[in-house]
Amino acid sequence: MSLLQVEDLSVHFPITRGALLNRTVGHVRAVDGVSFSIPRHGAYGLVGESGCGKSTLGRAIMRLNTPTSGTVTYDGTDLTALHGRRLRGMRRHVQMVFQDPMSSLDPRQNVETILLEGLHTHNIGSGTAARRALVADVLDAVGLPRNSLSRYPHEFSGGQRQRIGIARALIVEPDLIVADEPVSALDVSIQAQILNLLADLQASRGLTYLIIAHDLAVVRHVSRTVGVMYLGSLVEEADSDDLYATPLHPYTRALVSAVPVPDPDVEDRRERIILRGDLPSAAAPPSGCRFHTRCPWVRDTRCKDERPLLRTISTGATNHRVACHWAEEIAAAPAPASV
Amino acid sequence: MSVLTRKADRIDRLADQHGLSLWQEALRRLRRSPPAIIGAVIVVLFVVIALVGPLLVPHDPLSQAWRGEISEARGAFPGPRAENWLGVDHLGRDEFSRLIVGARQTLIVGVVSTLLGLAVGVLIGGIAGAAAGLGGRAGRFLDSFIMRIIDMLLAVPSLLLAVSVAAVLGQSLATVMIAIGLVSVPIFARLLRGAMLAQAESEYVTAAVALGVPQWKIAWSHLLPNSVGPVIVQATLTLATAIIEAAALSFLGLGNADAAIPEWGVMLADAQRYLSVRPEWAIYPSVGIIVIALGFTLLGESMREALDPKLRR
Repeated sequence: MSLLQVEDLSVHFPITRGALLNRTVGHVRAVDGVSFSIPRHGAYGLVGESGCGKSTLGRAIMRLNTPTSGTVTYDGTDLTALHGRRLRGMRRHVQMVFQDPMSSLDPRQNVETILLEGLHTHNIGSGTAARRALVADVLDAVGLPRNSLSRYPHEFSGGQRQRIGIARALIVEPDLIVADEPVSALDVSIQAQILNLLADLQASRGLTYLIIAHDLAVVRHVSRTVGVMYLGSLVEEADSDDLYATPLHPYTRALVSAVPVPDPDVEDRRERIILRGDLPSAAAPPSGCRFHTRCPWVRDTRCKDERPLLRTISTGATNHRVACHWAEEIAAAPAPASV
Repeated sequence: MSVLTRKADRIDRLADQHGLSLWQEALRRLRRSPPAIIGAVIVVLFVVIALVGPLLVPHDPLSQAWRGEISEARGAFPGPRAENWLGVDHLGRDEFSRLIVGARQTLIVGVVSTLLGLAVGVLIGGIAGAAAGLGGRAGRFLDSFIMRIIDMLLAVPSLLLAVSVAAVLGQSLATVMIAIGLVSVPIFARLLRGAMLAQAESEYVTAAVALGVPQWKIAWSHLLPNSVGPVIVQATLTLATAIIEAAALSFLGLGNADAAIPEWGVMLADAQRYLSVRPEWAIYPSVGIIVIALGFTLLGESMREALDPKLRR
């Protein structure tokens, strides 16, 4: 059974006009009907361009914003139905790692205070000595020196700060970690260290990950299943190797073809799919298939008036789901040069 | 200290020296900052004068011993001389003695009324800021309700407000302090609320919510410490204004019931009638007010910088 099950989740933000009456004139459909699930000990990667709603989705799962409809079921409990004390209690099991470790750590608290906050909040460990031991354990686990405790976030490098952020999430012993762009604020040389740390922690602590990123290579490195988002909905979902080898949705094909190939000959000869136009407004999404305004494979029938559902395509691989009316025909066409 | 030979040991030792608390570190930095030292010296000097001033002065500040030498009609008042260092005031009292003894009353009025305004303002602004930043729809409603009342308070001219309070409560020193404190409440409340609202948007607050920390604790341990900096600086500025407003209330006859007790504001008000004859009577207490305000401002500004970990080197 899956640890996290997201069912038809939508997050719509109202657009209001007027100073006094606050008329609602429309909605930004940041997340619009997303369903997926993550098995226990799984690692699910969510990719998409800026503004496609992937961070909003992550925050909705964390209940940092309020979903408009749909359910988020964690281990049999519907998180969207929880409030107040019960919701705070559940937070022990679902933790988050943030994008920018500088702004997500309180500049006025030292590392010890930051780490103890979780223990105090969830009443973990009895007495000062027990809590100190837990703090020391988690420092070792994320590879920070013991003498970090009395230091403040600004005294650390970017990578070390992200380790503090990971330690804060880990100390309450969660099962699921939602990592929202965990490495995009870091230097490339540090990114690999943090990704390896995340992978090691998953193995040693039996964690389940939802990793949100815009970098295909990052997602591929740490996740077993990858979901691609476009304008608030999932357009494709597959095992990560399968997705990169045989992308079926036109959008995924464009994304994969945008990754440079580290071979000058191939790079010069290979065909790239250049998308035209901008991401449409999420306040007024296109009718039918959300992608039809930019799709190189767009057809006159169905695309403009019928919204494609996410459906399973049998291409030999087990779990390949695509939201495209013409996925079978596109599958027959040659795939672009892969990473 | 033992000699450390292993490189790793030496590095650890260096790293351990960072282990100062925020306040220890702030104190260490204050000691190295010239403005902080100047400010501290001024403030300490004034506090000492306020405490022991009456024991130091050459004459009784209330005695009109030189009344016979003054002539209001001819504008003749004894100037500075060996007996009276700063001359004699319009009622024949020693100006220097009055200036020194007046420091006490002035300091009490300034500090007490500022602390009063600070305490009430921080309480109101803190509740409004926390409610608006963390409390969702109900919180924003509470915030609107509180802040509209504060806005109404702000719309009334401060002196008029102070006069009204003084008129209702009657003439006494406590009235002056309450009135002036009340006038500064909206400033502190708005300032703290604004700073807390800005902090509520930040990622570390989101992180605390995600961790499951209760809202009151987020407000207390994250929002407040990160928002009080500008409020502390404002308090040092308000202190100077409070002294001047106290002078204005005294001038209007709403101050201390016993007008004979020297106070810089009263002295300044008294000097107004003799500005063309004896401008120095206005200058002495003015300089005193300016210097004490400068002292508190320097100290407040350096304190804010020293307490801000982001500015630490």
